[in-house]
Amino acid sequence: MSNMPPYTSTTNACKLCKPLGASLAFRGIEGTVPFLHGSQGCATYMRRYIISHFNEPIDIASSSLGEKHAVYGGSANLKLGLNNVTKKYAPKLIGVATTCLTETIGDDVKRIISEYEAEFHKNTISCVDVESDEGKTPCINEDLSICEKPVSNKYKAHKYKDEHPRIIYVSTPSYSGTHMEGFHAALKAVVEQLTEPVLPDESLDSGNDADPLTRGTVNFMPGFVSAADLRYLKELLADFKIDFTLFPDYSESLDGEALNDYPLIPAGGTLIKDIKKMGGAKITIECGSTLPKESAGRSLEKMYGTPLYRTALPIGIRETDRLMDKLAQISKTGIPSRYKSARGRLVDAMVDGHKYLSGKRAVVYGEEDLVVGLTSFLAETGVQPVLCASGGKSGELARAIAGVLDGISPMAEVYENVDFYDIEERAESLNIDLLVGHSKGYTFARKIGVPLIRVGFPVHDRMGGQRILHLGYHGAQMLFDTITNTIIAKKQDDSPIGYSYM
Amino acid sequence: MKAAAFLQDRKNQIHRKGKTPFTMECNKESLAGAVSQRACVFCGSRVVLYPIADALHLVHGPIGCAVYTWDIRGALSSGPELHRLSFSTDLQEMDVIFGGEKKLYNALVELIDRHQPKAAFVYSTCIVGIIGDDMGAVCKRVGDEKGIPVLPVMSEGFKGNKREGYQAACNAMSQLVGTGDTSGISRYSINILGDFNLAGEIWLIQDYLNRIGVEVVARITGDGRINDIKRAHGAALNVVQCSGATMELANMMKERFAIPSIRVSYFGIEDMAEALYEVARFFKDPLVMEKAKLLVREEIARIMPELNRYKAELKGKKAAIYVGGAFKAFSLVKAFRLIGMNVVMVGSQTGTAEDYEELQEITDEGTIIVDDSNPLELSSFLKEKDVDIFVGGVKERPIAYKLGVAFCDHNHERKEMLAGFQGMLNFAKEVYNSVMSPVWRFVPRRREGEKS
Repeated sequence: MSNMPPYTSTTNACKLCKPLGASLAFRGIEGTVPFLHGSQGCATYMRRYIISHFNEPIDIASSSLGEKHAVYGGSANLKLGLNNVTKKYAPKLIGVATTCLTETIGDDVKRIISEYEAEFHKNTISCVDVESDEGKTPCINEDLSICEKPVSNKYKAHKYKDEHPRIIYVSTPSYSGTHMEGFHAALKAVVEQLTEPVLPDESLDSGNDADPLTRGTVNFMPGFVSAADLRYLKELLADFKIDFTLFPDYSESLDGEALNDYPLIPAGGTLIKDIKKMGGAKITIECGSTLPKESAGRSLEKMYGTPLYRTALPIGIRETDRLMDKLAQISKTGIPSRYKSARGRLVDAMVDGHKYLSGKRAVVYGEEDLVVGLTSFLAETGVQPVLCASGGKSGELARAIAGVLDGISPMAEVYENVDFYDIEERAESLNIDLLVGHSKGYTFARKIGVPLIRVGFPVHDRMGGQRILHLGYHGAQMLFDTITNTIIAKKQDDSPIGYSYM
Repeated sequence: MKAAAFLQDRKNQIHRKGKTPFTMECNKESLAGAVSQRACVFCGSRVVLYPIADALHLVHGPIGCAVYTWDIRGALSSGPELHRLSFSTDLQEMDVIFGGEKKLYNALVELIDRHQPKAAFVYSTCIVGIIGDDMGAVCKRVGDEKGIPVLPVMSEGFKGNKREGYQAACNAMSQLVGTGDTSGISRYSINILGDFNLAGEIWLIQDYLNRIGVEVVARITGDGRINDIKRAHGAALNVVQCSGATMELANMMKERFAIPSIRVSYFGIEDMAEALYEVARFFKDPLVMEKAKLLVREEIARIMPELNRYKAELKGKKAAIYVGGAFKAFSLVKAFRLIGMNVVMVGSQTGTAEDYEELQEITDEGTIIVDDSNPLELSSFLKEKDVDIFVGGVKERPIAYKLGVAFCDHNHERKEMLAGFQGMLNFAKEVYNSVMSPVWRFVPRRREGEKS
């Protein structure tokens, strides 16, 4: 590995900002309105950026701070905004993410939300029995003074009435971390602020000590993947007959059907009642090779003792095998035949096409977890990943890349915290054949005349970015066909002969 | 709790022509939580200055503001393309705590050495305004050291909406105007203000002007060059398009250099022709006017046959308009009329009271006029008026498409030339291609209509 020159300036960043990731995560919860506490521009810019990929409406509310709020604090506008969003959207949940501005002026969002709830959500916290989705549950005061059934868990000591939206907040200043940190921080915030202890007597009440809704479920947190990937995972888990909570799930809310009425909030998303019970699951599966130490899965483990299993994004053969084995173990069934045969066909296709790819040299860039997954799969096909880069800086990328290349392909140059200027400068001397990453690498690909395989987010210059399938044997099959055909097309187009039979 | 489609506080920003006397509240801060389609001060500045192709555009702040404005506009350049790169200081937590001036200085020096720009614009973002970096001092220091203008653009996002951003951009540009050599400029000369050369539009306008014998000194800012802006005060007239964006600069030039200005629009046949006539009238030369009339006749004769074919098919169809500036909305209302269509809703993000007065005068009874709208309102208007096509920007497109309504992109990201006579034809063609597409017969809106 060589060192990057330490440039001060950033040119054509290979990352996005933190609140964007949080907004996407919140969009994957049913009935939720993402809400940015900051100036109006943040929400509008991010909406535009997200829309251009998904071709779907995405409403992100804003507290629209002006100059006087920047001086005197944004509390009043945040409360007004929450109230207006509640009146207009009737959401089940409002996901408040902060921005550079409100973090820097020092707004205490947690306190502001408490004040707001005390003022507008009267009787939200009460000691009387509350009707909720899960039937009658005893309720307790915040100070635990009049609780009928004491709850030992310190995270949840009260019940919220359903008529008011739940308000979840997450700190996401753009100056610390990328959109991926924002995405994971939002999931962690939701888990910590929304889940409820599963009372032992609840499962007894159901008359079944192996209640499938409690200790039977699997929490599945795939990370930031495409809408097609989420749909695929749901099919996969259902095929294993696993009762699951996929979190977040924007497969419908960010890739919906043509409609006759503009929905206040698009349909779809992980059900809030399911999120509430995530602590009672028998295991949490979290995907990603460079995940932060603290995460939603880790919080569930700490709060409720829910076992945490972390694995890479299931991209390519080896990482998908690993996940399939785990699911087979959890479900105590074998791997469904559909997936066995998909694996077989994938291997068959890889054999058929291996000569087109063998020895080709690739640059892979984007979010760190995705880069690791793609690098792993490329290496399996015979493509040599020579440069793996990300604007993120988990500190884990080189280790993870070394892990997936070990014994199958020479080690690649690996860079965290780089922009496209750095990537181009390094790649110049590497004699590369293809780029694998999101749309923003197009300028570079065009400059050096190599094809770009579009994956991940954003895909702003093609249709259907939300429908690209990356995961599982089926995703690998699609990626393989796309990559191989792109290489063949390049060879065909560049040939002076004009072969019509490759 | 049941949801309400319209928030009470917004009712004075929505008007239906005919029912009540016209009043419109506008130019007020967006309502918190209303999901405004507006952006921020930074966005306004960036929109105006972005097309200046031989300048360095450095965004001083965390990464978001720079990355969301990277090569997103169709503003073309005939030469250098420095504007298409996204430069940022990418401020980190430590910079926020200890100040970002040093990083800004180093980044500026590094980028100027690397790219040798003719000038640099440095945009401040929200937190720069809060942490108190003295951007002016850093810019002055680097400007002195490097011998090029290094101009701070005071565009902290929270200081208002796009309008304040336009003003900040004009302030920055006004420091350039008057510093260049004006020798050799024709008596019949103008500056084009407020055209951003989307899809090459400014080249078309410049060609029209050259054909009637008028020289263009500076293109502000489409295909813009620093040296042209420096000598812009040598022009006899400022021709200003796009309400708000560059009017401030024209006003400054009037004060300092006594250069008069006219407001024009290049969208639609009537407005394009009128723009050329206005320029010709200004120079009081019958020959220029003669050439303008000839040009208009020729161009109209060229496009009319095809335009009439579209008109025959589109007659009676209903259109809705929601754009950034109201001036564009006026032209669109007329352009739709020209192809036989009815405008049933029209609105803008940043129109003024006078703008809305004028809209109310040129629209038909029952037309909805709206200021600073949002997705829920817009979608309810589309449904209520059963529109056939919606014209707007990227944020409006998915609203239309989700409801199965045709759409025409009319903003800074488009790749189709819509200005001038050729642009009118392109516009009609785009409207036709979208409205007449067979896909609408499959969307729920139309399918259910057939059943009932």
